[in-house]
Amino acid sequence: MAYGWSGKVLRVDLSAGTIKKEDINEEWARQYVGGRGLGARYLHEDLDPTVEPLSPENELIFATGPMTGTNASCGARYMVITKSPLSGTITTSNSGGHWGPELKFAGYDMVILNGKSPNPVYLWIYDDDVQLIDASHLWGKGVWETEDTIREETAVPDAVVASIGPAGENMVRFAAIMNDKHRAAGRNGVGAVMGSKNLKAIGVRGTGAVQVANGDAMMASTFAAKQKLAASPVTGEGLRVYGTPILVNVINQHGGLPTNNHQYGEFAEAEGISGETMTDTRLTGPKACFACTIACGRVTHLPGDAADKYMVTTTPRNWKMSGEGPEYEAAWAMGSDCGIGDLDALIKANWICNDLGIDPISYGGTLAAAMELYEKEVINEEETGMPLNFGSGDALVAMAEKTCLREGFGNELAEGAKRMTEKYGHPDLFIGVKGQEVAAYDARAFQGIGLGYATSNRGACHLKAYTIAAEVFGIPQQADPTATEGKAELTKIFQDVTSTVDAAGLCLFLTFGIGLDDIQPELNAATGLDYSMDELMEVGERIYNLERVWNVKAGVPGTMDTLPKRLLNEAIPAGPAKGRVNRLSEMLPQYYEARGWTQDGEPTEDKLVQLGIL
Amino acid sequence: MGSTVKMLEIHPDRCTGCIQCELACSWVQTGTFQPSQSLIRVHIFDEQSSYSPYTCFQCEEAWCMQVCPVNAIGVDPDTQAKIVIEDTCVGCKLCVIACPFGTVFLNPVSKKAVKCDLCGGDPACARACPTNAIEVVEANGAEWLGSWGDKVDANYARSLEGS
Repeated sequence: MAYGWSGKVLRVDLSAGTIKKEDINEEWARQYVGGRGLGARYLHEDLDPTVEPLSPENELIFATGPMTGTNASCGARYMVITKSPLSGTITTSNSGGHWGPELKFAGYDMVILNGKSPNPVYLWIYDDDVQLIDASHLWGKGVWETEDTIREETAVPDAVVASIGPAGENMVRFAAIMNDKHRAAGRNGVGAVMGSKNLKAIGVRGTGAVQVANGDAMMASTFAAKQKLAASPVTGEGLRVYGTPILVNVINQHGGLPTNNHQYGEFAEAEGISGETMTDTRLTGPKACFACTIACGRVTHLPGDAADKYMVTTTPRNWKMSGEGPEYEAAWAMGSDCGIGDLDALIKANWICNDLGIDPISYGGTLAAAMELYEKEVINEEETGMPLNFGSGDALVAMAEKTCLREGFGNELAEGAKRMTEKYGHPDLFIGVKGQEVAAYDARAFQGIGLGYATSNRGACHLKAYTIAAEVFGIPQQADPTATEGKAELTKIFQDVTSTVDAAGLCLFLTFGIGLDDIQPELNAATGLDYSMDELMEVGERIYNLERVWNVKAGVPGTMDTLPKRLLNEAIPAGPAKGRVNRLSEMLPQYYEARGWTQDGEPTEDKLVQLGIL
Repeated sequence: MGSTVKMLEIHPDRCTGCIQCELACSWVQTGTFQPSQSLIRVHIFDEQSSYSPYTCFQCEEAWCMQVCPVNAIGVDPDTQAKIVIEDTCVGCKLCVIACPFGTVFLNPVSKKAVKCDLCGGDPACARACPTNAIEVVEANGAEWLGSWGDKVDANYARSLEGS
């Protein structure tokens, strides 16, 4: 297992303060490849699915894949696998930057953490030297200061740090784990699990190598893939020039840019928060993750006046005038879903999310629900501490900080939209699935993404079956967004391919430019194994089924594969998608049939035996 | 006057910080992916969207070559690149200290000096760069750093005026 994988796993018992190095389970590695798959397999083995997510018994896994740290374009990813405090499901949250590759260079494929440290600590990994270091002085600090402090006090300027901000410490249910200051394992509250374990950060410096089995084949296959990526208008130019926010105008033109907590499908001020406007006025330049030839990352700045506009805090860290983001999903969630058309408010709020460590999608979705509660006069200013009208950039920026610190009404927002709307007696205003807020595509305008939200194994999520690629961009082929026919099969294929890409340690954005048949030769060259295309599709299916089985045991059954009432019953009132609802009931039975599951959304024994899970 | 030499012309404004060049270089050095052994490095400035790849300029004066006590740094007749003759190098590190740009390294395994040798004329880093931020050019050795030197001199002169 010296090729592709580094072959070693770090096991850390935070309660006892002990660290063990063990060999990777080679059979599992072949079956599940790595990252999302291998992490899920370890979690399946180690963890009782009924465990309370924020208790010491939960397990927190950081997993890379065999392509992580190689020269394959976008071989940057690591996955965080644990039980989510937001959805109660297994979660697989993914991040780029340089942290995953650095872990591989230090000699480890995975870090598995159990228990709870009696006092705040951080894990320090410098090749063979692995130790737990007191982090009392870092507790309460933001992500950016934490990273710089660790690099300074270890005197290792090249160290890469993954850490939580105050939001993770305060167990905000959608707290993120951040690395490289602005990259996030963002969704599903993985940062809250890290905080519950009193683990502030994992700092890594690796000087070793990632070896591959067949060098000539590796160089040839990675070069061919990069050529294709460069030739694609999306991965070759669009994402570098405009970043993901290029989608704002595109999705708005389809009438599927959810606005004011999904009350509308069009946003009048979309142009102001679009990728084009950001590029013209606030973009410093693009930024690539490790080995990425796409470079979609957005480095942004706020000129003096704009930086002062939303000065809601006396904390010096918020006086900065440069940072990163927002990406499209954040620009939508905090923008149109909250009715906010001032890009400067989004940029400021995004930086706060990155520094204090929360997921801007869930934050935006939760704030949007609170704004609707406020405008419907369910809650008032006495409870919220300030007006929470749609369109208020002041509320967005102020509440971002309060949510992370659990101050005032922020303490309610910190529980996520599902729990908050239930508390105030309006659970229908939670626009999400299985506890997690949806992403930036209205499921009434795009039927397929609705099926994807409903059947995602970690609650509503656009990343697990990005059917928008087909429904909007015609990748790999055009699908009619208004049709339900064929969406079951399409969603299954997207889910399985995505699982395999996530397992390999690659970035999903690759799939805009290349297919699994381009990744297959890279993976085989790196690992020395001989995966066929069928086997790689089966890897994805195996991962998806394993996650599903785990969720059923965790108390999140297939019957929770549904959408909020607003998306099923309340038609979009105006615009290109006027009059449409999501017709989930037409797709779901076909989907279960395509999956070989029961009509209750649970894998059959036959299916599990076929996939080698049972 | 200097001779015509091959050089790497680096355009930081085109760089995105992906470090494909480091991976390609480490592949040439070690047959693995190991950025710590790369002879080209990219400095990433946080939040500035500013990325600086840097490696040996193959400069005409070549202090590394001049300071070597055993004449272990020679000139490639084809490219005019300054190259380390490994068998001759005794690992004294004087070249590492002498280089004003920090682009001569000590290999931790062989304990010998290593530096960019332009891959014999077809540099792997330039081939790997997805944005053409690293290009191979032919230039006059003496003039290569001349304009940069003039700029530094001018800045220095200005700073004296200001003080």
